[in-house]
Amino acid sequence: MKYFEDIRVGDSIEIGRHTFTADDIKAFARRFDPQPFHVDEEAAARSHFGALCASGWHTAAVWMRLMVDHRRRESEAMRARGEPVAGMGPALGIRELQWLKPVYAGDTIVYKSEVLETRISGSRPGPGLMTLRSTGVNQNGDLVISFVSTAFVERRPQKG
Amino acid sequence: MPKLHWEDFRPGAVSVYGPRLVTREEIIAFAAEFDPQPMHLDEAAASATLLGGLAASGWHSCCLLMRMIADGFLLDSSSMGGPGVDEVRWLKPLRPGTSIRIRATVLDTRASKKRPQMGLVRFLFEMLDDSDAVLTTLTTTLMLGRRETGVPA
Repeated sequence: MKYFEDIRVGDSIEIGRHTFTADDIKAFARRFDPQPFHVDEEAAARSHFGALCASGWHTAAVWMRLMVDHRRRESEAMRARGEPVAGMGPALGIRELQWLKPVYAGDTIVYKSEVLETRISGSRPGPGLMTLRSTGVNQNGDLVISFVSTAFVERRPQKG
Repeated sequence: MPKLHWEDFRPGAVSVYGPRLVTREEIIAFAAEFDPQPMHLDEAAASATLLGGLAASGWHSCCLLMRMIADGFLLDSSSMGGPGVDEVRWLKPLRPGTSIRIRATVLDTRASKKRPQMGLVRFLFEMLDDSDAVLTTLTTTLMLGRRETGVPA
């Protein structure tokens, strides 16, 4: 993870891709979102979705996992170059989360995140705040998920 | 037939769902799968972060909220899913051993112009802890089937 000072508005990265299987979709939904169109193929076929599709929270949680994995790879590469690695703080929240199209069994979603804004928190002397817009696009080029998130990022230690 | 339809949700109506105990084991299991950051996985590592101790992933809070409203009313409704979420605010950490409840407030409702069989209900969901502190707020619109499909009012 880069330090706050090294993050630029407009920085954009493809963090990874994930294929949603029917078994994954149903296993997640049985735990967290057991609506018929997420757990049962036949009920889903009768619903307005037309086929089994992932819970929107599943599509979002996979972004988080891919982002954590991306940052881990980035941090390992930085350490290998002898560079100090910043800590990533907790997030404050998300907004404008849109599930634009269903994610069906077999769909492969490519996730990207772009830096929208960086700012110093008025109330905290420590970390900065980074705002990202993240998106997921399916194999047909359709946008399926989009959201904006804000999280703390460690600032570069002051020399002295 | 589901019991609840779009017509049954009135602006200002408040319902509370739960309680549900959130365990250390499930916090770590969710994090290991979807959000493997030290603050969600390990007490010692978490105490060195801004969270000041082990706490659930914010996405885990959203998923728990989803499950509690599913069990609370959605599975007994004509739910057609949700187009998205206006805002989620993670105000306070969700710690292991917390007993949570969800307070659901209907903000407003409107018929769908494009789909006469569907209506929209905008909710504020608040996750409360044992002492009624608000841990997470989530504002979202849900799509629900109408009871009187296509029948003019």
